[in-house]
Amino acid sequence: MYRIVKKKILNPTVSLMEIEAPLIAKKAEPGQFIIFRAKEDSERVPLTIADFDREKGTVTIIYQIVGGSTMELDTLGEGDCLHDFVGPLGRPSETDGLKKVAVIGGGVGCAIAYPIAKKLSSLGCEVHSVVGFRNKDLVILEDEFRSVSNELRIMTDDGSYGTKGLVTNALEELIKEGNSYDEVIAIGPLIMMKFVCLLTKKYDIKTVVSMNPIMIDGTGMCGGCRLTVGGETKFACVDGPDFDGHLVDFDEAMHRGTMYRDFEAHAREESCNLLKKEN
Amino acid sequence: MIVQKEIDNLKAIGVDIETNMVIGKILTIDELFEMGYEAVFIGSGAGLPRFMNIPGESLKGVYSANEYLTRINLMKAYKKGSKTPISRSKKVAVVGGGNVAMDAARSAMRMGADEVYIVYRRGMEELPARREEVEHAVEEGIVFKTLTNPVEITGNENGEVCGMKCVEMELGEPDASGRRRPIVKENSGFTIEADTVIMALGTSPNPLIRSTTPGLSADKRGCIVTEGDFGKTSREGVYAGGDAVTGAATVILAMGAGKAAAKAIDEYIRNKTTE
Repeated sequence: MYRIVKKKILNPTVSLMEIEAPLIAKKAEPGQFIIFRAKEDSERVPLTIADFDREKGTVTIIYQIVGGSTMELDTLGEGDCLHDFVGPLGRPSETDGLKKVAVIGGGVGCAIAYPIAKKLSSLGCEVHSVVGFRNKDLVILEDEFRSVSNELRIMTDDGSYGTKGLVTNALEELIKEGNSYDEVIAIGPLIMMKFVCLLTKKYDIKTVVSMNPIMIDGTGMCGGCRLTVGGETKFACVDGPDFDGHLVDFDEAMHRGTMYRDFEAHAREESCNLLKKEN
Repeated sequence: MIVQKEIDNLKAIGVDIETNMVIGKILTIDELFEMGYEAVFIGSGAGLPRFMNIPGESLKGVYSANEYLTRINLMKAYKKGSKTPISRSKKVAVVGGGNVAMDAARSAMRMGADEVYIVYRRGMEELPARREEVEHAVEEGIVFKTLTNPVEITGNENGEVCGMKCVEMELGEPDASGRRRPIVKENSGFTIEADTVIMALGTSPNPLIRSTTPGLSADKRGCIVTEGDFGKTSREGVYAGGDAVTGAATVILAMGAGKAAAKAIDEYIRNKTTE
């Protein structure tokens, strides 16, 4: 069983869990993901690895409570166990040879952007991080990003913290200030990654995005996570989750992401009712 | 049921089953040897599903048979209250003529679809599925649209599947596989109404083990190469069987391959210890 050794609330809807999974911790690299099932009859949920500690044998996940399955996960606390925790899946992010990189994180996507920024920094790469949130209350991992970034810009939609505006505003500013990046790594909502890619295409900067489509087995068996990348069908679980952002068909990915919207809304409502009854 | 019985038998004779271990990711075959295992059998099964690469395959309501059957059987979407969702379809078109296509079609019917079609580009005689599977499908009311090939899946304004454009085929001269080659009939286009399309076109073997095991030979399709009848691979002490070797086939063949290899592994280890 996969014991939760630490649980920390990061903001009203986002929490962190450190899970005991020594074999996964030994192999995990930034960019890879795990699939968990909270209980035996739960849905399989993929989450990108937020951090790992090879010595302690733990893997950190950061999740946003958005639906029935994450609500169920959130009912578990320190000392409880997850029924399944499988990984590390997918290909690690490529970091070889990068000298100067802009890492862009949006919302809970920062949880995935952070380990990549951390690894790049440890390899001696100059890291400029731009992180965006809706408002001050939702800001996560600020200290962590600061400790691994040569430059950090925090953006909020309403200006309640950092600078008011979008991550693309800050990135364009950095580019205009004369920074030339080997690569931009953008992780966040699809719409954010799409607009980062439109911007970087204009400046001809290679951009890598981390895709998070609907997925079931996560090991290249079901094809549910397929995306169109450069006109070809790719599977996020074995070919990704990182892809060349300039080749990804974001509109299609956004569309496919809504496939079970009605079912999800219903599941969320049922979980809410169930939790109310239990309390 | 039969598969469950076989698994229970294995547990009863003392086999440990370690779940959540994706070999090739969490551990490699070489690491298993380092941990003290003396032989390894690879039965990693079916891999990446094939698609047709026709327009519309990304619409909502297009599944691979693997995904459809995984949701229904493994994740128990057939049960009311299951946490894994599945489309509640009315009209389903299953593309392909193998055992998996029959399975997907019959599952769709049992999930409450009004009409289920098997769409296959050759004729009834050429269906690769086992005869019994075809008979059972017919009994359950599956409609066979043979000599039919899809060219496009069409969607409504919400990006959901609403139909599949097809062409009629006729059979020409035998091709390399010995089966008569299907040729498109001119001006034969028509549309099948459907809210769900399931692609059951076969799979290519999973690359996770092959790509992380140096010295393990695979053919150009990606199937692990074995020698003789006992699943011996190009690596000493490594045996393989099932879909990972043969490409997508039946659970009957896979279980047989496992049993044959088990005997060979037993012999291999006995010989090794007496040396």
